[in-house]
Amino acid sequence: MSVDTRRRSSAGRAAQPVRSERVRAEARLGWWLAGPAFVVMLAVTLYPILQAGWDSLFHFRLTAPADKSFAGAANYVNILGDPLFWQSLGVTLLITVVTVAVELLLGFALALVMQRGLKSVRGLVRTAILIPYGIITVVSAFSWFYMFDISSGFVNSWFDWVPGIGPETNWFAGTWGSLFVVIASEIWKTTPFISLLLLAGLAQVPTELEEAAEVDGATWSERMARVVLPNMKAAIMVAVLFRALDAFRIFDNVFIMTNGAYGTEVLSLLAYRTSIGRLEIGLGSAISVLLFLCVLLICFISIKAFKIDLAGTRGGK
Amino acid sequence: MLKARGRGAAARRAVAVILGPVVLSLVASGCVPADSTPVLTWYTTSDDGGQAVLAAQCTQAAQGAYRIRTSGLPTSADAQREQLARRLAASDTSMDIMSLDPPFIPEFAEPGFLAPVPSDIAARTTAHSLAGAKAGASWKGELVAIPFWANTQLLWYRKSVARKAGLDMSQPVSWEQLMDAAQSQDKYLGVQGKRGESMTVWVNALIKGAGGEILANPEAKPRDLSLGLDSPAGTEAARIVSRIGRQALGGPGLPTASENESMLLFQGAKGSFMVNWPFVWPAMNAAVKAGNLNESLPDDIGWAPYPQTVAGTPSAPPLGGIDLGVGSASKHPDLVYRAIECIVSPQNQTEYFLGNGNPPADSTAYEDPRVAEQFPMAPLIRDSLETSAPRPQTPYYSEVSTALQRYWAPPGDVDPATTPRLTGEFILQVLHGERLL
Repeated sequence: MSVDTRRRSSAGRAAQPVRSERVRAEARLGWWLAGPAFVVMLAVTLYPILQAGWDSLFHFRLTAPADKSFAGAANYVNILGDPLFWQSLGVTLLITVVTVAVELLLGFALALVMQRGLKSVRGLVRTAILIPYGIITVVSAFSWFYMFDISSGFVNSWFDWVPGIGPETNWFAGTWGSLFVVIASEIWKTTPFISLLLLAGLAQVPTELEEAAEVDGATWSERMARVVLPNMKAAIMVAVLFRALDAFRIFDNVFIMTNGAYGTEVLSLLAYRTSIGRLEIGLGSAISVLLFLCVLLICFISIKAFKIDLAGTRGGK
Repeated sequence: MLKARGRGAAARRAVAVILGPVVLSLVASGCVPADSTPVLTWYTTSDDGGQAVLAAQCTQAAQGAYRIRTSGLPTSADAQREQLARRLAASDTSMDIMSLDPPFIPEFAEPGFLAPVPSDIAARTTAHSLAGAKAGASWKGELVAIPFWANTQLLWYRKSVARKAGLDMSQPVSWEQLMDAAQSQDKYLGVQGKRGESMTVWVNALIKGAGGEILANPEAKPRDLSLGLDSPAGTEAARIVSRIGRQALGGPGLPTASENESMLLFQGAKGSFMVNWPFVWPAMNAAVKAGNLNESLPDDIGWAPYPQTVAGTPSAPPLGGIDLGVGSASKHPDLVYRAIECIVSPQNQTEYFLGNGNPPADSTAYEDPRVAEQFPMAPLIRDSLETSAPRPQTPYYSEVSTALQRYWAPPGDVDPATTPRLTGEFILQVLHGERLL
């Protein structure tokens, strides 16, 4: 294949840069190395997705296999017309927005402290703040549950000086108390993740740009807003996207603390309870498909909103 | 050349490293034949090791005819059902013996997941079964599992509180009396207000105690089901739950209280009366022995029949326990039923009660003098099991139960004027596939 044929010559299109033999060899090697993993990934992710899509078109209960019948879009119509679905979606979005927003602020502050304030003990601090992230989510969920539980928890006695908190405060008896604990535990556990991503982003900001801005008389907040943050947009996007997807798929904390009671149901739990609890494979698959579509939508919105093309960034450019 | 030899040796080492563990694991997992004795798998519920002991004893008694291997199920009843249902639907041939919670039996029996019980085994193993236990192991009038142990709830009370409240506990008492007594003494009632299975147990007992039913025709298909919630019995049940919730008679922990939390509340300074399973007695004695509870507490604890929903009308205590079922895909159903006959023998049920605190399903097992010594309330348990009422026996029990919990928990939100009717409507919508749950 000649180099010329690789050029895109049609009018209005930017010309494709000519790839050297070395680049092409690297690309081939890349495919050979990543190919098997790619095939395995397709097998373990694409197959279940297609299976769920197929199952969602049926009325199918695991313990009544003889009653299986084609439903078409009926499962989707039922789900989208049910207030419980929209309530679960609302709770999921609330948890996602609040946790990501708080974590972004806290994580950025921690990253700044690690990068600028505590250079001598950076390694130690980095390890220390990683501990919550290293704890298994179910274990963390149980810890937070028992901390706030009315019979076994210590939070009520420690914080009884705070108005509204006393020995008889039952955090898990209502929507807002439960959501507060769920959100707090999420923030505690995953802020370190965001802070490390942002620390990596901070490290990539050229110091000479900041110094130049400082010489020009820019204040700290101006340097942050005009120099630092725009230069770490990719890192922020990755942090927001990863955490948003993670938060949107929240399951463990809610499952352990409330099991979806009293208005704390989230979409993953609804899908789980329908598929696994009720054994309604068709209906549960339809919820899972909708959950998957929501995840895709979040990816799409994040990438569009940040206007970053991660795939277009190549090393050694 | 040297290089090539080196590469060959490295390749052989790599193959050995990869295949070695595989071969070892195949040997360990039993792919290599070693023993021709049939192995029967018993999926057991959590206990103090009693089911494993029975498995070993019956293996020994079989004299090489079979060997019973136990495999633990999850702790919660819901999780047990989910695992069993998945395995049964997949025709798992290891489902030889299953410890089954009675409410989930119709769901497994209806699609033919359970192997039929041979008539001679059924006759021998249930000759002296308590009525409630036998009813719980049956579906459409036929025995589909073998009762192993049975369970029921009693009314536990603090003698000091009952005395001060002027209640004569030698006579049956009603919920109204209990609520008044707790209120007058500024104490808490130990009830289960959490959104969970315990709420269904409570509501079912209340409605049955008033002569009603949650499902009027539980054996019918979803389209033909008729609900009994919107009835005087349902309203009375809602009135009791609502008053306990709204007047905070169950304490601040009521919306999250399950059986264990109720027990802890009952053992505390504000404990008065509690409805709960008999496990609370050995648990409390163990706590006293460990020094975690005051030594005088057991002397202050009394037990009585489950409270009446309507004063003067006999109560319908909740029914629980475990039955043994056999998967229809089991390779050795004959041997399995022989093993079950050994497991549920009255002697074994007695030993299991004494060692693990789970009451026998066989009435003759209560005659052992050691039972009366260790469980002074055993005669009351036996009587309660005779009058106990199962939860709705339907293949759709899980849906019915979960839907009910959504409207009856937390207790403070229950409205006698609307809750029973709304619950009934919601259950039907769920069963008709019109609503999510």
